[in-house]
Amino acid sequence: MSETGIGARVLRKEDKRFLTGRGKYTDDVNMPDQAHAFFLRSPHPHARIKSVDAAAAKTAVGVVGVLTGADVTAAGLGGLPCGWGITQPDGSPMFEPPHPIIATDKVRYVGDPVAVVFAETLAQAKDAAEQIVVDYEELPGVAKAVDALKAGAPAVFDDKPDNICFDWELGDGAAADAAMAGAHKIAKVEVVNNRLIPNAMEPRAAVAGYDDSSDETTLYTTSQNPHVIRLLLGAFVFAMPEHKFRVVAPDVGGGFGSKIFPYNEEAVLIFGAKTFLRPMKWVAERSESFMSDAHGRDHVSTAEIGMDENGKFVGLRTNTVANLGAYLSTFGPGIPTWFYATLLSGMYVIPAINAKVRAVFTNTVPVDAYRGAGRPEASYLIERVVNEAASVMGMDPTEIRRINFIKPEQFPYETPVGMTYDSGNYVATLDLAMKHADYAGFEQRRQEAASRGKYRGVGISTFVEACGAAPSAVAGALGARAGLYESAEVRFHATGSVSVFTGTHSHGQGHETTFAQLVCERFGIPIENIDIVHGDTSRIQFGMGSYGSRSLPVGGTAIVKAMDKVVEKGRKIAAHLMEASVDDIEFEAGNFKVAGTDKTVNIGEIAFAAHVPHNYPLEELEPGLDEQAFWDPPNFTFPGGCYICEVEIDPDTGSLEIVQFTAADDVGVIVNPMIVEGQIQGGIAQGVGQALLEGCAYEDNGQLVTGSYMDYCMPRADNLPSIVFDVSVTPSPTNPLGVKGCGEVGAIGSPPAVINAIIDALKPLGVTHIDMPATPKRIWETIQNAPTPKAAE
Amino acid sequence: MYNFNYHRPDSLDQAAAALSGASDGMLMAGGMTLIPTLKQRLAGPSDVVDLGAIGVLAGITVGDGKVVIGAMTRHVDVANSAEVKANIPALASLASHIGDAQVRNRGTIGGSVANDDPAADYPSAVLGLGATVQTNQREIAADDFFDGLFTTSLNEGEIIRSISFPIPEKAAYMKFPNPASRYAMVGVFVAKTAGGARVAVTGAGNNGVFRATAMEAALNGNWSADAIDGGGISAGDLLSDIHASAEYRAHLITVMAKRAVAAAG
Repeated sequence: MSETGIGARVLRKEDKRFLTGRGKYTDDVNMPDQAHAFFLRSPHPHARIKSVDAAAAKTAVGVVGVLTGADVTAAGLGGLPCGWGITQPDGSPMFEPPHPIIATDKVRYVGDPVAVVFAETLAQAKDAAEQIVVDYEELPGVAKAVDALKAGAPAVFDDKPDNICFDWELGDGAAADAAMAGAHKIAKVEVVNNRLIPNAMEPRAAVAGYDDSSDETTLYTTSQNPHVIRLLLGAFVFAMPEHKFRVVAPDVGGGFGSKIFPYNEEAVLIFGAKTFLRPMKWVAERSESFMSDAHGRDHVSTAEIGMDENGKFVGLRTNTVANLGAYLSTFGPGIPTWFYATLLSGMYVIPAINAKVRAVFTNTVPVDAYRGAGRPEASYLIERVVNEAASVMGMDPTEIRRINFIKPEQFPYETPVGMTYDSGNYVATLDLAMKHADYAGFEQRRQEAASRGKYRGVGISTFVEACGAAPSAVAGALGARAGLYESAEVRFHATGSVSVFTGTHSHGQGHETTFAQLVCERFGIPIENIDIVHGDTSRIQFGMGSYGSRSLPVGGTAIVKAMDKVVEKGRKIAAHLMEASVDDIEFEAGNFKVAGTDKTVNIGEIAFAAHVPHNYPLEELEPGLDEQAFWDPPNFTFPGGCYICEVEIDPDTGSLEIVQFTAADDVGVIVNPMIVEGQIQGGIAQGVGQALLEGCAYEDNGQLVTGSYMDYCMPRADNLPSIVFDVSVTPSPTNPLGVKGCGEVGAIGSPPAVINAIIDALKPLGVTHIDMPATPKRIWETIQNAPTPKAAE
Repeated sequence: MYNFNYHRPDSLDQAAAALSGASDGMLMAGGMTLIPTLKQRLAGPSDVVDLGAIGVLAGITVGDGKVVIGAMTRHVDVANSAEVKANIPALASLASHIGDAQVRNRGTIGGSVANDDPAADYPSAVLGLGATVQTNQREIAADDFFDGLFTTSLNEGEIIRSISFPIPEKAAYMKFPNPASRYAMVGVFVAKTAGGARVAVTGAGNNGVFRATAMEAALNGNWSADAIDGGGISAGDLLSDIHASAEYRAHLITVMAKRAVAAAG
């Protein structure tokens, strides 16, 4: 291993600019003569728009122009497209309502944009917006998906009175029913997967310009995938061809999924720039983020798992109601189906599984991918019901897992819910975590805590997830409306430095370092001679961006494939320079050698020869050393691991402390251990946030309650323990690097470990259930309402 | 933020004049509540009178059995004051746990007390220690000062000059923070004073900070945590929200009061 190659803890190349305040974010971009946009948003969860009078606003001081839903309609613009279609079991498509970029007939959630004002200053835009008179006919609203399913519930879309987007299932229902009928015992849970608000540190922002002399549109935006934004806004909203539309996503301060999707504001800014021939800028205020960034999770589920006499699983049935919000966001329908139900086998051999999902419209912000996206919902459900199964069987939670694990020799393992797991050694991560957590010594710690009046509990989660989206043919069969390959260009410059152009996007993950390490490892050149370029459709050939922990397994592999082509061409040049046969040229650590001789030429010399071809096989080879590759993976990758959480609860107040958290992960081969550890710490922080702190609250009619940090509880450093972290590696066979992806495992694996620990702590009181977020209030109330209240002893 | 006229007088008289000359003027101390309110366009004063340049308003003096803290004294200065720590350590400790470092570096005691946020920390110390609020017009006893949510007995144009805290025999403050905002969800200030036990509760009351008189009576009989085991707090007068029900707050008041008494010694 070189000091900067695969496996090295290289400090992040990008951190100098981030840590010294020299990152360049969208809000740092200013176009000459730009105006500022302010969005007037619906204060009502649900209302008919009777009229919008913007006459006074249009003539207010500093105003450049005002646009409303009527202007969008008059211009004939398309709505925001949905990127994932679901086919119901009877073959009919999901209900797919229009998603106008400014509301036209109705507003459907608090925050739905009804007008935009462009003015010389933001203050002038706000002043003018106060003069817009919207005549609303308020309608009853509905926020909870289960309420939206009730007879007589308000209809979010007039032509879909039952509010159901689709009613869908996966897995053999008859087989699952038969398995359950024959089960020795059945464990059942009913859980809520709480709705979350993403809260990237950098709020969304956009700057749009239009040059009517060249008919070119430029959009700077806070995006995880600028090419996808170009594709969707260009093709579906504006009918704008790619060669006239440039999208740049510069430094982006976190996304967590919420910056995958094209949003109303980006489209409206372009519409404004083209209408008024001025560049337009918008930066979300934090309160706008709360009411307009796509939210995450929001499932209500039941799960039943059947066991035989030995505790082996025989079948699993789940039933889920998923809240999609008021409109279909880009991946909205895909999250509670193919990113969720396909993972319900967890790490276990479960011969029969049936998963039913109803996805429902409500008067809330659209719901879409958020760190983990469907897989945290799956791992939470399965890991809760498996714990309950242990309880029903009188087994230790680790033992029931151990006997039901898919064994290392069973890979590739095909589950009953459509996935084929690539590789894994689940007992290895379980044993590793149990060792680090001193699981065997827990009962002693529980008693010691009880002597201090505290309830101590231990919770376990053994989880698997699917990363590396995606094999395009599979994704297409599952409803994706785009390919999910990735592209790379590796450009050797004449004097030996390298630029890599990747279609993935880094918004905090450290790609500029990790990807450079791949190049160091292969070419043996210094890491400072390598630049990773991303985020600009005018510089990058194509790309699908970063989400679903796909950047390294898919984007990194595309880089490897492009490097393969560079080496292949280099061999031919080397053969010529060393007057040898191409078949005799070997490549290792940056040097081309003639096999069996001491003749060697460095790749830097090859690059020079390719650019200054004075002695070069011009009749056989083009000059230059610049190769592209597109890579479509044969399968997903399946990282997983075991998390063990220990908590102490103060029964007097209901407050909780995580006293120990152990993470044993298998994310495949690791390129930069420091970055992987950071990703897992961050993921666990978000998972602990979901389990203990974060919960988006709406009033039943759809009025947003948690609209600011006064009420929406973000995790702080003092909410989190030091995390004990270790890895056990089984390389993925689905890509040449053997990597699996690490961006989401922390958020996927940790919530059930935390909740299982709380339930374990309160077990002496007869407690068997608590919902997330397990706030002090909820824990205290659970203790008060426990079947057998007694003090910790 | 709407436009307003900005004044930065260097004397109390000038401040009072600027305020009385404005059609809809507001005083600004540290601005920790006012600035966010202005930015969200929830307030639109014609004039803002910034008290930051009036030197006599800041500072801490000790004498005659009292700690007197100028209205514009920042939380960080109270928290770090050797004199406050020596004479009323509970007050220094309270100040050290207000908000975060940024808030403590800007926020002031006078601003907090005048704003009377029902979840603020300082009102419990003012009431719990039986302090006196000195203004540019008069002296107001703590028991007469707080008057509901965000409401005090300050007259229009009246400006807090300082707050005078009698030094208690012992005192302590215990806060159970709101998990999201970290304001007090329940904060209890207990003090054993020359005039008897005082227990003031913030963060919980429907009507702002209040004295827990049943607890005071119990503590006057027996200064010990056990004496207030029963609590005697009625949930009926308490706030209820997504973070805590009135019943939970009532329970927490007793727990925090007991812990405060134990901490006071």
